[in-house]
Amino acid sequence: MSTGITTATDPVKQVPWPRFVMRPHTHIHIRGLSKAFGEKVLFDDLDLDILKGKITCIFGPNGCGKSSLLNMIAGLVPIDQGSVLFDGKTFDETRTGYVFQNYREALFPWMRTAENIAYPLKIAGYSKADRRARVKELAEIFDIGFDLTGYPYELSGGQQQLASVMRALAPHPEVLFLDEPFSALDYEMTLVLRDKLQEVFQATGLTMVMVSHDLEEAVYLADEILLLTKPPTTVAERLVFDAPRPRNTETLTSERFVQTKARSLEVFQREVRR
Amino acid sequence: MTQSPVLEDEARLIDSQDPIHPPPPGTKTRRRVKVPLALTGPVLLLAIWWVAAQADLVSEKLLPGPVETLGALWTSLLSGDMMLDIGPTLLRTVYAFLIAAGIGIPIGIVLGSSPSLYRTMEVVIDFFRSTPVTAVFPLFLLIFGIGDAAKISVAAFAAGLIVLFNVAYGVMSARQTRIMASKVMGASRPRILKDVMFFESLTQTFVGLRTGVSIALVVIIVAEMFIGSDNGMGHRIIDAQQVYDLTDMYSSILVTGAIGYGFNRLFLGLDKRLIHWAGH
Repeated sequence: MSTGITTATDPVKQVPWPRFVMRPHTHIHIRGLSKAFGEKVLFDDLDLDILKGKITCIFGPNGCGKSSLLNMIAGLVPIDQGSVLFDGKTFDETRTGYVFQNYREALFPWMRTAENIAYPLKIAGYSKADRRARVKELAEIFDIGFDLTGYPYELSGGQQQLASVMRALAPHPEVLFLDEPFSALDYEMTLVLRDKLQEVFQATGLTMVMVSHDLEEAVYLADEILLLTKPPTTVAERLVFDAPRPRNTETLTSERFVQTKARSLEVFQREVRR
Repeated sequence: MTQSPVLEDEARLIDSQDPIHPPPPGTKTRRRVKVPLALTGPVLLLAIWWVAAQADLVSEKLLPGPVETLGALWTSLLSGDMMLDIGPTLLRTVYAFLIAAGIGIPIGIVLGSSPSLYRTMEVVIDFFRSTPVTAVFPLFLLIFGIGDAAKISVAAFAAGLIVLFNVAYGVMSARQTRIMASKVMGASRPRILKDVMFFESLTQTFVGLRTGVSIALVVIIVAEMFIGSDNGMGHRIIDAQQVYDLTDMYSSILVTGAIGYGFNRLFLGLDKRLIHWAGH
């Protein structure tokens, strides 16, 4: 559990985090979450609040269960104990989107790209005309310069991941989960997609939870960075990064960014050595 | 052998068959020589057969020469006489195959999507898959009598098990990310089966269908030989053997082989065309 002690010399704002007081702008309440894989206890009685309308990035040492945590919140991996509520609703009552790291295996190659994007809408029972309209709308939002009528495997990796993001956003989710969405992409595409994501975030104000293995990328996008410990995993520290949006390359060289990243690294290294 | 215009046309057909993965420039010429290469084997075999017959290396009582055999084949095809046997065999095989696919695919999907259910049935499936289908002939005769129903059902049984096993296996090896993706989008279980697992298993399903149709043909031919039948290629082959009409026997064997080969090519072609995403 985070100590939440703020010192005057600490350049980075830390959020004190009392266990049973819900912050007013919390979206996802995680209480008493426990999960073990066989003998190995990954989470033991974890409490966590994820802010509404903010980007929360999860970062931590290898094997600390970043992705497992995300998947448990996203309802993909069952939890042993505890509860996860979205504004008081269960997962089934909440519209969510999920962007996988491996876009090649997340998109359906037997469907055209536009059909892939419209698929969650089909599940939700949208009419064909509504589905088409929504895909068109998304294509405009993302300023798509490639052919959506082809098959996903005809697109570049970055385009495929962009299509995955569009698919996740199609049904107007309340929460968007992203599991290392850029780590299979080249640097150029990462930059493009990162800024697209930020644009969408600013336009919609939806809650985003992203697992990242790249500290720079995590801090760049985040309103709040969750730094995890080694298993049994708890939150080592929560860091707030409140640089104005849209963030750009100047953000990357700003003092606040450099400080937040340095602080994150410090905590990370402390946890890795522990 | 020189390249005839017909062969060139065939080569062009192969090149244009695949619009999604057109061969890179330069391979075209190499592909063209492939067709005559593929024909070299059969031509060589015919040549050896011809030489052996001409030189009297094999008794004419066991193997007539290719000229006589192919001549007989030509005559019986032209007179329509052989069609009276090819037709029923094809029809029975197709019926058996359709039943096998119609039963094997849905059950395979359901079994494959539930590991515990599959484990429950695994021994039963493996047992019957390993049982020589000829062993259950009498049982099917008992149930269905000696008509077409017995032949078709026993062939469907053998082919169906193979289809079922392959489909189940295909579903079980479906990529987890795709299933997770559909789950997180809120897809119901039947929808995941229909929209994701079915397609994920399609490559393996086609292996099953291709093997299944071959097995169905084998069983139908055997059934036509030994389960009271008055037509079909199996009946024709054994009849020719009984009356010692060797040229007809050999030409019937060749035709039966051609049917099997045709089915195989058909399914390979369908596979390539339908599963356009293979390898992605």
